[in-house]
Amino acid sequence: MGANVLEKAAEKKYRVVGQSVPRRDGMGHVTGATKFVGDVHYPGMLHLKMVRSPVPHAKINSIDFSEAEKVPGFVRVLTHRDVPKNIYTILCLIGVGPDDEPVLAVDRVRYQGEPMAAILAETEEAAIEAVAKVKLDLEELPAVFDVEEALKPGAPIVADTGVNYFIYEGHHCRRVRYGDVEQGFAQADFIVEETYNTKPIEHAPTETTGCVAKPEADGRVTVHTNTQALYFSLDNTALILQVPFQKLHFVGGTVGGGFGGKVDVITEPITTLAAMKTGRPVKFIYSRAEEMQVSSPRSAWRLKYKDGVTKDGRIVARQITSYADAGAYNRHTPYAVTKHAANVAGPYTIPNVHIDAHCVFTNHTPGSAFRGFGVTMASFAIELQMDKIAATVGLDPWEIRFINAYRNGDVRPHRKVAEDVTFIETMQAAAKLAGHDLPEHLLAMNSWDRNGGQHG
Amino acid sequence: MAAKVVSFTLNGRETEVMVKPLTTLQVILREQLGHTATKTGCRQGGCGSCTVLLNGEPVLSCLLPAEDVAGQQVTTLEGLTPIDGLHPVQSAFFDHYAVQCGYCSPGMILTTKALLDRNSTPSREEVVEAISGNVCRCTGYTAIIEAVEAAAQALKGGQNGR
Repeated sequence: MGANVLEKAAEKKYRVVGQSVPRRDGMGHVTGATKFVGDVHYPGMLHLKMVRSPVPHAKINSIDFSEAEKVPGFVRVLTHRDVPKNIYTILCLIGVGPDDEPVLAVDRVRYQGEPMAAILAETEEAAIEAVAKVKLDLEELPAVFDVEEALKPGAPIVADTGVNYFIYEGHHCRRVRYGDVEQGFAQADFIVEETYNTKPIEHAPTETTGCVAKPEADGRVTVHTNTQALYFSLDNTALILQVPFQKLHFVGGTVGGGFGGKVDVITEPITTLAAMKTGRPVKFIYSRAEEMQVSSPRSAWRLKYKDGVTKDGRIVARQITSYADAGAYNRHTPYAVTKHAANVAGPYTIPNVHIDAHCVFTNHTPGSAFRGFGVTMASFAIELQMDKIAATVGLDPWEIRFINAYRNGDVRPHRKVAEDVTFIETMQAAAKLAGHDLPEHLLAMNSWDRNGGQHG
Repeated sequence: MAAKVVSFTLNGRETEVMVKPLTTLQVILREQLGHTATKTGCRQGGCGSCTVLLNGEPVLSCLLPAEDVAGQQVTTLEGLTPIDGLHPVQSAFFDHYAVQCGYCSPGMILTTKALLDRNSTPSREEVVEAISGNVCRCTGYTAIIEAVEAAAQALKGGQNGR
């Protein structure tokens, strides 16, 4: 086996693989006939706008709707008391808990822009005006915005569990233990340490997040949504509203850009509830400002690496302490951290690995999915670290990667045996495309040859 | 302030609408006339997804008071699409995979139409400059630029659009 297997596969002609296939949705897109959720209009449709927290952390004393109710076109307000199961966590569907996030805030807000109440009005303008006339009596609380600050004793507590970290099977972080890093460091000629930070990034899809819910004559509710996860949204909406799943009919699949930013089930539960409570179709679509401020961004991460490396460039120990800034609530971050822990040591075979990956709560906007979340920022840190190792040891950065690259059959720190690995072949192809001439001994390597068991 | 009647030509057809003061052309097209090919990405002039042609020139319909188009020619993507088949610019976007999520496509296609009407042989730089006000967040710009160049070739070859 080896690179020739891949070449043979590439030579074979397939009907679909390797061929251009016309896009099924392309005709609708080039003619403008594609219906996006914002294009759905119904007679008598109401518009929903959110009352949002102006501060990152506060106790709610009271909310006064009396002036808002006087706005012409005002229909009604929804508060946490109207939501059957107000506290939820979307990943309850795969066993993640406890529930932590309110659909509408109860007695505390934990990030700027957190939804506190929903206003329904005959027009979007009336809804916006009514929201502006809501009076909030808030008592601002100290807030925390840094992951390591949040874990210190005495830090403002964000989560209702009383600790600012997600609990993984009784532990304060997701842990991976493989070999003995202390022994590895003792064997090493060099210790290479560095801290890497990433910042939140907003997906900024061209189409903002939203949905339209319409009550039907048979008692069901049709929900047009631009979610990236249709049944996931349906299931969570049914659980939050405490209605049977078959009472909801979700229509979707047309998403004007998502990139992970439209999987969080934020607009559907409240809009469906509003349609059920009023008997009218209801539209709730984020403004661009809401999309930028409150839709989940890619989380900020901090990653600390300590590597033990021998003179010949072999990494013999890697210790990683990493922190995901989940923001105020779980959303997808507990899952991201687990995925991160499985990947953060990199596509390299290292005999001793120690990982503490934390999911930390702060008063930032909750972060969530975004193209490879949990792994993308790990790759950023890993590859900078590999360059730093190369510079420290005095070896070529390609060489460092080739000699440490994982091979088929290698055991990963989380005990998975590596299969279908083509990392070396990918680097060889990348070098060729980049016009970089690799030395013979690197060109001779492949992902199936483990150097007679000497590797890793 | 009272609504007033505004008359203009929409996709070649005489059109009269009741317009409340300060209502944008975008809202009139989408909510009163049902022309939803014109999109609403930001409603603040930042993304180009609401682009329509006013007397053949691209404008942002989200910033344009509808009263200002009285007596003028407005073209939306619905108006560019022939009864059967596609305009050469639409064909080029389809054939070159220059659509991904589709949300920027109506604005991109109309901007391209306006570019090729005033410059039938744009350089790559001129294409990039012309579409610089239309944001594609799927970042498929290479395919879009190639589609614009292919559309220019097709139109030069005599396949004239309407």
